[in-house]
Amino acid sequence: MLDFPRWKQAWYWFVTLACVAAALPSLFAIGNTGWPSFLPRPMINLGLDLAGGSHLLLEGNPDQVRRQRLESMEESVRSRLRNAPARIRIGDISTRNGSLSFMLEDPSQVDATREQILPLTTGAGLTGKRDWDIRVEDGSRFVLTPTEAGIDQAVSDAMETATEVVRKRTDELGTREPTIIRQGERRIVVQVPGLDNPEALKNLLGQTAQLEFKLVDTAASPTDIAQGIAPPGSEIVPYADPAKSGGMPAIAVKRLGGIKGDQLTDAKQSFGQQNNEPVVSITFDQQGGAKFAKLTTENVNKPFAIILDGKVLSAPNINEPILGGSAQISGSFTVESANQLAIALRSGALPVDLKVVEERTVGPDLGADSINKGLVAMLIGTVALMTFIIVTYGRFGIYACVALVINVLMILGVMAVANTTLTLPGIAGFVLTIGAAVDANVLINERIREERAKGRRVVQAVELGYKEASRAIFDANITNVIAAVIMFVVGSGPVRGFAVVLMIGIVTSVFTAVTLTRMWVAGWLRKARPADITL
Amino acid sequence: MKLLKLIPDNTNIRFLRWRVPFYSVSLLLMALSVGLMFTKGLNLGVDFIGGQMIRATFQQTPAAPVAELRETVGKLGYGEPIIQQFGKPNEISIRMKLPEGSENDPGLADAMARKIISTIQAEHKDVRIDGIDSVSGKVSGELFSSGMLALALASVAVAAYIWMRFEWQFGVGALFALVHDVTLTMGMFALTQMEFDLNIVAALLTLIGYSLNDNIVVYDRVRENLKKYRRMPMPELLDLSVNETLSRTVVTSLSLLITLVALLLFGPDVIFGFTAAITLGIFVGTYSSIYMATPILIWLKVDSGSFVQQESEIDRQERLARERS
Repeated sequence: MLDFPRWKQAWYWFVTLACVAAALPSLFAIGNTGWPSFLPRPMINLGLDLAGGSHLLLEGNPDQVRRQRLESMEESVRSRLRNAPARIRIGDISTRNGSLSFMLEDPSQVDATREQILPLTTGAGLTGKRDWDIRVEDGSRFVLTPTEAGIDQAVSDAMETATEVVRKRTDELGTREPTIIRQGERRIVVQVPGLDNPEALKNLLGQTAQLEFKLVDTAASPTDIAQGIAPPGSEIVPYADPAKSGGMPAIAVKRLGGIKGDQLTDAKQSFGQQNNEPVVSITFDQQGGAKFAKLTTENVNKPFAIILDGKVLSAPNINEPILGGSAQISGSFTVESANQLAIALRSGALPVDLKVVEERTVGPDLGADSINKGLVAMLIGTVALMTFIIVTYGRFGIYACVALVINVLMILGVMAVANTTLTLPGIAGFVLTIGAAVDANVLINERIREERAKGRRVVQAVELGYKEASRAIFDANITNVIAAVIMFVVGSGPVRGFAVVLMIGIVTSVFTAVTLTRMWVAGWLRKARPADITL
Repeated sequence: MKLLKLIPDNTNIRFLRWRVPFYSVSLLLMALSVGLMFTKGLNLGVDFIGGQMIRATFQQTPAAPVAELRETVGKLGYGEPIIQQFGKPNEISIRMKLPEGSENDPGLADAMARKIISTIQAEHKDVRIDGIDSVSGKVSGELFSSGMLALALASVAVAAYIWMRFEWQFGVGALFALVHDVTLTMGMFALTQMEFDLNIVAALLTLIGYSLNDNIVVYDRVRENLKKYRRMPMPELLDLSVNETLSRTVVTSLSLLITLVALLLFGPDVIFGFTAAITLGIFVGTYSSIYMATPILIWLKVDSGSFVQQESEIDRQERLARERS
């Protein structure tokens, strides 16, 4: 029990020093001293509750994904059937209740139609699963319903893209070291240290920035529009700013045949030539430019609507074909909102609408204040604790205290290497681990005392002390590990921060409080061979 | 060098003599706590019920004018605010329900925060805004259920482990002690109406950790003594175990209290409620490991049979056969 071969000692020291070394860069950072840049620098991140900053939790709304899938399916079905070997005529197309349905003019074409649209309904992957269910009603009505699996996949892809877009937009704001993580099925966490007014960021992330150009249905009567009745093949879209449209609250636009404004190479804020009001200048990429040129060439002298996120910004007349691949969007912008839209368009549209469901902001003063006070309190607490332990256990107390300091450094070191975040609840985890480490030494020393009181010789008492106390220490730590793992798996944010420190701390505290102190005590006993010990 | 010795050797305090009165008092307190939670209720923070919380410090005023603020903020038309001091008298939190319709238009919540802040700052130039939290009803519900689930699952799993390592009676005892500790602490929160938020859940978890640690140390000694003294009556054996571990209990608890008191006195104000909960937990946890987790072993009829290898029927017959020949 008290035998420590040299290789074992060397190994323990190596582990200890490695962990402690990993903690150094973080400590240097707290002391604001430079850490040589040629050395690796694992760092502990301070949570926003300690360091100050903004935390936003965004939730994606999958409705948009569903709608778009229906729309693009409708377009695919139309073009597929139009270009089929024997043309298939269809009518009464609708996308109500989340399904696409249409009627065959010639019911004898059911099988041919099915053959045509079947390839459209299989998933992109190799799974062979179908993204859409096909049903035929009354012999001639086709109903295509997206499967849940297909939608889930689409939403998941959309969230992946959305996370990228959020990252780009956050970077555009010039914030430093934001953390952007996708969380669960439909959520994205954005954490920006040092940002104490997140309003601009929220506005930017809340803007979906789906830009569309659609032709205005000039045949629609104003009374129908006012009542929300759209002519066949058209839809009613409200104006973003009714004051600018001459009192018209909404406008009818053709559902199909428009183009999307997502094929852009650039977007920036500028000023309009005529009235010098803020506008957004966009530049299409080659493909987008060609589409835009085609749309404007074919529809000279007709009005088209510029739609942003389902609202019409303006509906200008196409005076001449726009061939240069660039355009200006006007629509009662301020310089600020035009700039924001430019950023949003540059970083791409969000494929899902995002909503802020949780927001936490901690002012930087409070954060700094907390850290300073926390450090002072820890220092005072540690000194007081150590005095108490040394007064109670003498030499054995000193071993316990050295082990305690090493324990704290090791936890910090492991946290730095694992790149974890220290939060307020994490500090609670620290307090619990330190408590457990102190308790381990108290248990051991009390047991040694007891065995000495029974009249056992020094070496035997020490050996028994470690052996008998280890059982309780083991059980206590295993229960804490169990609790920590469950908390990590089930719990959210703060509970997890607590669990992480606890898990690391349990391992290091057993190592330092039991293994290291035993090695030191054994070394001392071998060298000094004391006949009696003060304990 | 003479070392400090708080507890003399070989104490023989008959702790368990008062087990019935202590148990009755504890059960009564638990019932009261549950009653308080239902009548007064916990003062749940925005983490758990959703809403908006603004934290602010009055930098040059010794005490924040809570009554005045309640009136001015109440007049803004967003409903009644809950205003509390926390940590120091010049630090406050203002909690509001999120405005109607903010689920769909997050701008409404921002507008409310701006309005409240500008109103306060117009009258008090020295106000520093320390933080704003907005949590939607949906997220807060999830936070609450996941927090409580973590708490419950962890307790049950830990009890199961103790059952495995000791005996089922010990598992039941540990679980009961945990329920006792958590109930009393939550009762305290209901009584004082201190804010109960996610950080407090972390404090409860810490408390459970300490309490378990204590339980296991006493249980471990009980197990050891059960093997050693087969014929000792249970109450006596339990008393002996508690006395033998008493010095350790006192030294450990004191060590923790020293650290916690330092945090309470000098630590950041944000963690005051949190540290207070853990400090309270040390007392409750130490008490419960002696008076809640231990006497239950008598009533659940633990005996040394559980830990001493019993002679199997076959072994017995073989032995008898050997003896006959």
